[in-house]
Amino acid sequence: MTPSNTPPRTWKKPPFIANPLLRYGLFVMAAVYLVWAFGSLPFNWARISEGLPRAARIFSGGFPPNLERYELLLTGFKESFQIAILATLLGVLLSIPFAVMAARNIAPLPVYLLGRSIIIISRSFHPVIVAILFVAAVGFGPLAGILTLTLYSIGFVGKLLAEEIEEIDWGQVEAMRSTGAGYLVTLFYAVFPQILPRQVGLSMYQLDSNLRASAVVGIVGAGGIGGTLMNAFGRYDYDFAFAILLIIIAVILLSEGISGWVRKKIW
Amino acid sequence: MVDHAQRLADRVWQRYDRKERLIRYAVLLATLMVVFWAVRDIDIFWPWVWDAPNQISNLGARMWPPSAAGLSGILNALLETVHIATLATFLTIFLALPVAYIAAQNTTPNRACLWLGRFILVSSRSVNTIIWALLFVAIFGPGVLAGILAIVFRSIGFIGKLMGEAIEEIDRRPVEAMEATGASKAKVVAYAIVPQVMPAFFAIVVLRWDINIRESTVLGLVGAGGIGVILQGAIDTFAWPTVATILIAIIVLVLLGEAITSLLRSKVL
Amino acid sequence: MLEITNLVKRYGHSEAVLKGLDLRVEGNSVVSIVGASGAGKSTMLRCINRLVEPTSGSIKLNGTELVNLKGAELRRARRKIGMVFQGFNLLDRLTVMENVLAGRLGYVSFYQAISRRYPPADIERAFVLMERVGIAHYANKRADELSGGERQRVGVVRALMQEPDVLLADEPTASLDPRTSEQIMMLLQSLASELSLPVLINIHNVAQAKTYTERIVGLRHGKMIFDGQPADFNKDALDAIYGGIEAPDDAITEQLGTAVEEPRHDAV
Repeated sequence: MTPSNTPPRTWKKPPFIANPLLRYGLFVMAAVYLVWAFGSLPFNWARISEGLPRAARIFSGGFPPNLERYELLLTGFKESFQIAILATLLGVLLSIPFAVMAARNIAPLPVYLLGRSIIIISRSFHPVIVAILFVAAVGFGPLAGILTLTLYSIGFVGKLLAEEIEEIDWGQVEAMRSTGAGYLVTLFYAVFPQILPRQVGLSMYQLDSNLRASAVVGIVGAGGIGGTLMNAFGRYDYDFAFAILLIIIAVILLSEGISGWVRKKIW
Repeated sequence: MVDHAQRLADRVWQRYDRKERLIRYAVLLATLMVVFWAVRDIDIFWPWVWDAPNQISNLGARMWPPSAAGLSGILNALLETVHIATLATFLTIFLALPVAYIAAQNTTPNRACLWLGRFILVSSRSVNTIIWALLFVAIFGPGVLAGILAIVFRSIGFIGKLMGEAIEEIDRRPVEAMEATGASKAKVVAYAIVPQVMPAFFAIVVLRWDINIRESTVLGLVGAGGIGVILQGAIDTFAWPTVATILIAIIVLVLLGEAITSLLRSKVL
Repeated sequence: MLEITNLVKRYGHSEAVLKGLDLRVEGNSVVSIVGASGAGKSTMLRCINRLVEPTSGSIKLNGTELVNLKGAELRRARRKIGMVFQGFNLLDRLTVMENVLAGRLGYVSFYQAISRRYPPADIERAFVLMERVGIAHYANKRADELSGGERQRVGVVRALMQEPDVLLADEPTASLDPRTSEQIMMLLQSLASELSLPVLINIHNVAQAKTYTERIVGLRHGKMIFDGQPADFNKDALDAIYGGIEAPDDAITEQLGTAVEEPRHDAV
């Protein structure tokens, strides 16, 4: 343990990226991107500078939240619930055939590709975009909302279910086939029982998720509380808008709690 | 003989016992009643429902073939959408990490901070991006700033919550060791906590960026910038072939985002 | 000199874990603390560097009272108390060198800490100590790539980097296989005399305690019931410490495997 006479050794932390060119290159690229992105975005500074007084006006107009027109609020929420329930039911039922189509192990290749692309496309679009298209096709109101959220549920539940089917215990399928059972019988006896528990949990999750989404699809006219909120905002009726917002938050928290509790009970 | 017959009678096979069956029937009945109520009570004009497939295929027909007319405008808007998502994710990091730090049980300075952190996370998460956008458009006027702020305000809750959980799940032993060396709180965090949550941090940010790309495609529908603005414009002017082009562009963007995300994940993790 | 007087520790309202403990350790002696699980060994060690807050009593290190120190004063006192852990407690995702330099965290500035710009003297000391225990060639390896024995050597070097006045070792060999644990005990013994450093070792293995230490302290239910030379540690002392709690004597040497499963101080 005697101190050595050689000059003190040095040590440097080995860099995260060994190649210095790449290391500094990434930094420079990130910096250039940030500058470019900020520079290219059209900010309307004149309008933005009015923001703070406007925010003060909105918030002072919003407090205290006004619940006088609670009937409107109740109607909006009732419609949101109905949209969420019907869309969940339809979506969860329809997701089963689509999931079967999109599971590589039980669907023939062309069907698989079709099933996959339907699921991928329905997942690529934000529900609000789907909603605005359905509103254009079938008009304002809850019907557009139900169609939107049904498609949304098919995309989400279908994908997870298809993955679940791809991971089933294949032995059971072989056992059914060896008894001479046909395709549908095999599906019902060897595949569905294995994915059913997951499906029940997913349905609860999807109901919660649809309830959240039903609050926003209304913003583009697809019915429910979102429409009520949008109207209140549009009429500068901020105290009512904040009341709606607070109740949406409360309902979402409640529904998240219930859905979590039910899923824990089932699993 | 009687004995045998009785035993056979006892052996009637049933899938569930009585209590389970009762619960099942009750749940089923309740579900059916709720659905029945929803169908009867909902404000839908039923003839429209039967006409809906017609209307939808009709709309589809009007969209075909997609028009390449406004393609450069669409691409610009697409780029703007990516910028909104990326800048917002970047800004969120600086806001979400302190919130995660005070909202994690094991790093929070005190109870008040813990509850403040949780309050911020819950309020951020319970308000949808598009509702945040509505609010910020009302405040700052239509434009990308409202969009960026909306994404930031929604992402704080997402990144903050997941990072808080990552912090709560760390191995406590290195923390103990660093405290034992006489290191200050900041040094303990830098040495014992930061390296442990780095992989989670990277995964969470990349995941949120992917989600933000999707979310920023709709901001424009309430005037908060991005591709949604021209989508809304095309729908309002019934330019259906352009709408189709925009929709295809959105799919390509989202799939590209997903591809980049999974590439980053496999490269770095 | 480390001087513990009437140390009491009670968690909440339950029965006290330590019931008025007195202990004096002077010079460069190696003291082993033996006792069954739950006898209060680990709590006692952690009271010394205040990872656990003592309920009452006094702990003096070279004349400084440790029990009521706060904030920066406590951190300054901790710099002088090195600690080696049962689970090594390394920074797994950092390099061996960073782990070793982390022993200097109490001395360097925050900027030096995060930029890894430690004073040259610290880096030289790190290399000297790592060479002494035979891990210098691992300097730039990640800590989780090392084997158990190597990891504990990193833990020992990190503690010695603090230039401590006393070294605490909490079951330093319990997570290691028998051969490696002998090596670590030998290392601790020789380092103690080279650096003239008093060392307190919590240990489960009575045979090792007798071989490698000069003094054995036996704890049972938070009270000291033996304090003497290894030669005096006989069957009676062993029965008094472990009697009726777990299999004594030869079984204890074989218990290394099970000792690993002792509850750790993991995050909840």
